[in-house]
Amino acid sequence: MSTDASPPLVPGQAAPPTESGDLSRSIASSGAGDRVYTGLTTFFALCIPLLLAFLALEIGRAAWPAFSRFGLGFITSSEWNVPAGRFGAAPAIFGTIVSSVIALVLATPLAIGVAIFLSEFAPPWLQQPVAFLVDLLAAIPSVVYGLWGIFVLIPLLRDPVIPFLRDTLHLGATPFFAGPAYGPSMLAAGVILAIMSLPYISAVSREVLRAVPRSQREAALALGATRWEMIWDAVLPNARSGIIGGVILGLGRALGETMAVTMVIGNRAEISASLLAPGYTMASLIANEFSEATSDLHLSALMAVGGVLFVITIVVNGIARWLVWTVERGAAG
Amino acid sequence: MLNESPVDSLSLQPESVDDAARRATVVPRLLFQPAARATRAAESVATVCLAAQRLSAFFGDIAAVRDVDLSMETCRVTAIIGPSGCGKSTLLRSFNRMHETVSGARVTGSVLLDGIPIYGDGTSAIAVRRHIGMVFQRPTPFPTMSIRDNVAAGLRVREGKMPSRRDTDDIVEDALQRAGLWAEVKDRLRTSAVAISGGQQQRLCIARALATKPRVLLLDEPTASLDPASTQKVEELVYDLRSTMTIVMVTHNMQQAARVSDRTAFMLNGSLIEVAPTNALFTTPQDARTEAYITGRFG
Repeated sequence: MSTDASPPLVPGQAAPPTESGDLSRSIASSGAGDRVYTGLTTFFALCIPLLLAFLALEIGRAAWPAFSRFGLGFITSSEWNVPAGRFGAAPAIFGTIVSSVIALVLATPLAIGVAIFLSEFAPPWLQQPVAFLVDLLAAIPSVVYGLWGIFVLIPLLRDPVIPFLRDTLHLGATPFFAGPAYGPSMLAAGVILAIMSLPYISAVSREVLRAVPRSQREAALALGATRWEMIWDAVLPNARSGIIGGVILGLGRALGETMAVTMVIGNRAEISASLLAPGYTMASLIANEFSEATSDLHLSALMAVGGVLFVITIVVNGIARWLVWTVERGAAG
Repeated sequence: MLNESPVDSLSLQPESVDDAARRATVVPRLLFQPAARATRAAESVATVCLAAQRLSAFFGDIAAVRDVDLSMETCRVTAIIGPSGCGKSTLLRSFNRMHETVSGARVTGSVLLDGIPIYGDGTSAIAVRRHIGMVFQRPTPFPTMSIRDNVAAGLRVREGKMPSRRDTDDIVEDALQRAGLWAEVKDRLRTSAVAISGGQQQRLCIARALATKPRVLLLDEPTASLDPASTQKVEELVYDLRSTMTIVMVTHNMQQAARVSDRTAFMLNGSLIEVAPTNALFTTPQDARTEAYITGRFG
């Protein structure tokens, strides 16, 4: 923008020429700095979606041969036969979803309980150490979880947990706990994933509970609410959209987790109603086979599995956004 | 307030048109109605509803309120005024044991509700708060609840279980009527409580406190965040409510104290300096510090 082009401030009264020149220079120089800064930040901001688009494009391109060969059968078929060149990913998709659901069912109440205890009941000297230990669960490498799963969790499940579930709670009659229990199983994977996603759900829930304004707590207390009634009536409703966000974050973690699950799930491409039977997940499938994928079709099939996992993750995140949005909108009226 | 015939403190007689008209002229006039006030103060047969005795309130080692003795009469409005930080809110929060919900806060001395010590052994803070309602400086509706559910929020805690739907509806309507909000919200009881204006939200909070039928209502600067029109509505409401309940109101607005209260207490640096019938305190303060404050020389 130059002063030459702009109309004089007062019609018929031009500014002195020298001052006008200085002004135009100073405006021009400050404008240039801004433009560079704007361009730079825009470039960096665009890098992320471009990278994502590139990733999606490449996976799609590499997976195309498998998708075009098997069509919808790739998702619905249970046959994963490498020598015969027939690939169906249904058991892996099933295993990913079921193990993640088990993880959430186990982890969510526990994590919210931990968060409520830490933000509402724990004495100050206990808050920091316990919060730190819970957060530490997220810092343990997943291969360590896998090792612990094989040598501690699976023996523990075999005795006393599974006998307790079957005989004491009489769940053995249901299809979910039928059949022989070898050890590596969908249940073991779900429990490992629950432990691994717990710190995420708990940390987010703790923060949103803490962020509930003191005025809301006081309003409930002033009505004569007990501490528990205050939490139930005033604190949790205020925090629910944030807690849902935390649960979805935990779900994202569970869907994509590879190493620990591969070590305890048994890696068998079968769909079984029993949680005690071994299973497979998409991430484990890719991790187990990428190094042996010599044929082009095999490699393409693995890429296609990766693509399905990618899409499921995006859909889950989309649902999460939508859920948080509707809850917030509902709250705002 | 101008009514020359003293109103029986326990009667629930409905307000006459005459009263309303007179009040309309009172509201802008504020401070000085000497004759009427003097008559009323002299003739009132006051029973004490809430009394603080040698009450001190601490945050850690710091005393925010020191050795306060204050009696609040049944079915009267007591205003507590004083500069920011003088301890008036803390004093108010000691009356329903909200003070102790802050970590490190404690209270010494005693508070009597109809002669019963609320800090006594074996009394529960929760039970105390069910008899002494409180409304805060900023409106605090529960944002995830509807207008109706907000008003009903205190019922379950008082009764131990939620009253029947029908009883609840009646209680909600009654509380909203008394809070002067019924006409404005009766067609949208199911909508969110944060969809109404700030002034309406504050009256909703008053309705929520009224629904549990407390004996005492504590108001902590209830109009500090409201516009003048909403402020007037809340003040009229306080004026009306005093026929059925004891009200204690903290305010930094001296005109407000003069408009709606029967007795006014002046606090400074945590101590109670002077308490007197409102008119007397504002016209003939006994203490030089009170006079300095009400004439605007500090604070």
